[in-house]
Amino acid sequence: MNWTWFHKLGSPKWFYEISGRLLPGLSIAAAVLLVVGTLWGLAFAPPDYQQGNSFRIIYIHVPAAFLAQSIYVMLAATGIVGLVWKMKLADVALQQAAPIGAWMTAIALITGSIWGRPTWGTYWVWDARLTSMLILLFLYFGVIALGQAISNRDSAAKACAVLAIVGVVNIPIIKYSVDWWNTLHQPATFSIVEKPAMPAEMWLPLLVMVLGFYCFFAAVLLVRMRLDVLHREARSSWVKALVAARVGEGR
Amino acid sequence: MNAVRKRRLFVVLAILAGVGVAVALALSALQQNINLFYTPSQIVAGEAPLNARIRAGGLVEKGSVKRSADSLQTDFVVTDGAAEVTIRYHGILPDLFREGQGIVALGALDSSGLLLADEVLAKHDENYTPPEVKQALEKGERLKTAGRELAQ
Repeated sequence: MNWTWFHKLGSPKWFYEISGRLLPGLSIAAAVLLVVGTLWGLAFAPPDYQQGNSFRIIYIHVPAAFLAQSIYVMLAATGIVGLVWKMKLADVALQQAAPIGAWMTAIALITGSIWGRPTWGTYWVWDARLTSMLILLFLYFGVIALGQAISNRDSAAKACAVLAIVGVVNIPIIKYSVDWWNTLHQPATFSIVEKPAMPAEMWLPLLVMVLGFYCFFAAVLLVRMRLDVLHREARSSWVKALVAARVGEGR
Repeated sequence: MNAVRKRRLFVVLAILAGVGVAVALALSALQQNINLFYTPSQIVAGEAPLNARIRAGGLVEKGSVKRSADSLQTDFVVTDGAAEVTIRYHGILPDLFREGQGIVALGALDSSGLLLADEVLAKHDENYTPPEVKQALEKGERLKTAGRELAQ
């Protein structure tokens, strides 16, 4: 098998060009989806017969929780690419995605806790789902702290990659915690193979919000990665040429 | 993929598999400590300790809720379909508490098998329904029973 295309993917210059072309479309898609999803979910979707309007926090909670887990899987994947192929761009992606993932985990925990008070009668309970999600937040903190604490870039990349890969064991635990153990958190409403346990006028806006959150993540990640790539490649000829061209344009 | 990369990939996957197995063993050993609550079947079978703070979880049995006339005391039965446990609670119950609802109660089990709870949490299930749909379902149910009574 020919792997040259894969190595081309790791070229910072190529990444900078491609991401610059993708960014406007992603940003517009994220803005439109988030605005439509928020209005639809908060104003037009019907309330739940038991929880009333408080169930609407699902339109923030569920997308944030999806992303928190997806981003960690992405960290582990970039960690493997970084360790095995020694690709610099993988490390850029890992370092820049981790804070976004930590924020998404924090949003999921905070919104869940606000919803838990009126629904369950408590802000927090040490059940398997809530605890494993809190561990995910600490794993993100660990990756961020490790990346900041080690000044040698290669060692930092290696340490973060190992932590990201080892920590991915927590993801199936989060996912299946509600099936394996007795928890206060309810089991998943959505699954790929079954019909959702919720009518379409409730889950359609949620789907819009989930897509919006993913587009938002992609756009923010690209912006952060582009900045980091410029920073790391500041001495290379292509960045100098780029800056000279921008200055020449009078920007 | 060259030999060096293949070896590194193998090492990474081996580490992941090792950590996965270790965590799986630890979690299965801790099974009972990770469960948030005991089910009524477990309590009836004597798996829950007496006079220690435990949590019991299950569905509130239909028609079992007895509220005291002059205090906040409420007695109700939780069931998991196989066994039943009576719970006594003093205090304000959560909004979602109702017959047929899943709940988790924190308290101590006395020797007669009664759980004296000092905290009751409502458990929400994974189903969401708009009020109109719920009303329509209940109406359909009522019509069905009325039809059955007429036919008799």
